[in-house]
Amino acid sequence: MINIPSTLRISFRALRVNKMRSALTMLGIIIGVGAVIAMLAVGTGATKRIAEQISSMGSNLLIILPGATTAGGVRMGAGTQPTLSVADAEAIQRECPAVQDVAPVLNGVAQVIYGHQNWSTGVVGTTPSMLTVRDWPLAAGRPFTEQDVKSATKVCLLGQTVVDNLFGDMDPIGQFIRIKNLPFTVIGVLARKGQSAQGQDQDDTIYVPVTTAQKKLFGTSFPGMVRIIMVKAKSTEDLAPAEKQMNELLRQRHHIGQNQENDFTVRNLTQLMQTAEQSTKVMTLLLGAIASVSLLVGGIGIMNIMLVSVTERTREIGIRMAIGAKTWDIRLQFIIEALTLSLIGGIAGIILGISGSKIISALAGWSTIISPFSILLAFGFSGIVGIFFGFYPAYKASLLDPIEALRYE
Amino acid sequence: MPIIEAKDITKVYRLGDIDLHALRGVSLTIDRGEFVAIMGPSGSGKSTFMNILGCLDKPSNGEYILEDIDIGNLDRDKLAAIRNKKIGFVFQGFNLLPRTSAIENVELPLLYDGIPARERREKALEALNKVGLEGRGDHHPNQFSGGQQQRVAIARALVNNAPIILADEPTGNLDTKTSAEIMEIFVKLNTQSNITIILVTHENDIAAYSRRIIKFLDGKVVSDERTVKA
Repeated sequence: MINIPSTLRISFRALRVNKMRSALTMLGIIIGVGAVIAMLAVGTGATKRIAEQISSMGSNLLIILPGATTAGGVRMGAGTQPTLSVADAEAIQRECPAVQDVAPVLNGVAQVIYGHQNWSTGVVGTTPSMLTVRDWPLAAGRPFTEQDVKSATKVCLLGQTVVDNLFGDMDPIGQFIRIKNLPFTVIGVLARKGQSAQGQDQDDTIYVPVTTAQKKLFGTSFPGMVRIIMVKAKSTEDLAPAEKQMNELLRQRHHIGQNQENDFTVRNLTQLMQTAEQSTKVMTLLLGAIASVSLLVGGIGIMNIMLVSVTERTREIGIRMAIGAKTWDIRLQFIIEALTLSLIGGIAGIILGISGSKIISALAGWSTIISPFSILLAFGFSGIVGIFFGFYPAYKASLLDPIEALRYE
Repeated sequence: MPIIEAKDITKVYRLGDIDLHALRGVSLTIDRGEFVAIMGPSGSGKSTFMNILGCLDKPSNGEYILEDIDIGNLDRDKLAAIRNKKIGFVFQGFNLLPRTSAIENVELPLLYDGIPARERREKALEALNKVGLEGRGDHHPNQFSGGQQQRVAIARALVNNAPIILADEPTGNLDTKTSAEIMEIFVKLNTQSNITIILVTHENDIAAYSRRIIKFLDGKVVSDERTVKA
């Protein structure tokens, strides 16, 4: 019995008559929806960035650091006492079933020269498995091999930043560079990886065979010494078992007694990052929740205006009732009017939210991501707000006594 | 054949501690096709009686039967449906929707009866033609004179083929000449379309158009005379 197109037309007309009032009422919803979308975009952007950083670091990554030295009762902090060796790394690879790949690292800073260009950068001595541990493909050339490690050849892989600084646009493959005045052949270029979670430029690096670093570049305090060992577990579920297996293995290899502390630390970076990811998700939720408060306030604005409108149009309601409008005819008329306000506001809010988050991106340099879900959520929510806050005024209108309403001046 | 049967209708309003007896037992029957004028001073109960006839209000006691339907037992929505199909209202103040074209005003009862748009438009145009407003459907009420607005209101009362038109002082806001024109329309509808017309008025000139005059005083019918007329 209820005629939706005509009711829609009636609603539109009523809203057109009070253009300014309708626009101001919508503004509440526009700001609410816009805020929800922009806030969710900022939050989702942050979450996505952290997820990207996790994957750029290498997934399922564990890092073994050497333990702390104690000098005259002063404990010097993790990494101060060199205890790890290439042999440890090989043992982990052999004996820990939860581990997929292991890469020992001996690194240092060195001056690098090519032609008349020079650049100071981090040089990392490692094994070929480093590339799989860190999920880091080559952009050009070839990786070094186990054979290169065995014979400590002077070959290197360059990060993009190093390439940019030494070679500019030239092709570095096959060229000789000098690291600490020793000539190295460039055999490969690493793909661009971008910033780490800590904001470091991960591309400002050179990879060389670990043995070359030990014997020719940095030296060791005992044979086979490395600074850290990077380990890739087989899967996320294997992170905890891998940690346990490595703990047991290294305690045994380092002859650590029952009550002695470890002379190494295992860090689960993935877990750390996942915690960070979790907390940004909570932040996103919080931002969204705060923004939806303004949507709620917008809804109250709609209710306010609809109540005014019902009072103003008491006589009109009386006329409609006299000529046969039923309870739900009247209710729907006002609900649709409220819904029209909130949905038009919702659409404008979506536009505002999208352009707002683009502006935030441009001005603050934050990455923002507008998910279709957040648009749907905000739009659906504004619809619900319209119906919810439109219902009471509509209900009030439908209960008017037609005789009283007809007499209303 | 009676279209309206009122049996011993009373209406009591409670105003604080006082009971106000607006109607004190009114019984009358009106046949299909009658043209009735209801007269009486203000406070005589004639407006209350009209509201009950129009199914806008229910009697406190007594029975009101309209086309064999006992109105006393109906709920709000059923009453609305009866008003929609059986009764056309014409008010003193016209009561057209502002900012709404004449044709849309006339279509309104059909809208609430669920008639499809095309049919609504046709019937509304036909009703406007009957009251002499051909081609004026797109005008808005504020572009019309009082007499023209009342014609639109009459068209609205006609459009759903209601057998009864209730007119509450339809000429109260109009000058003499326009009043006569409006009354001629009522007479035409009564004689040509056999529509039962019940009209409330103060003026004897207007009442003279009817064929039966019922006078109210203090909530009772004090006289009910048929005037001999063509």
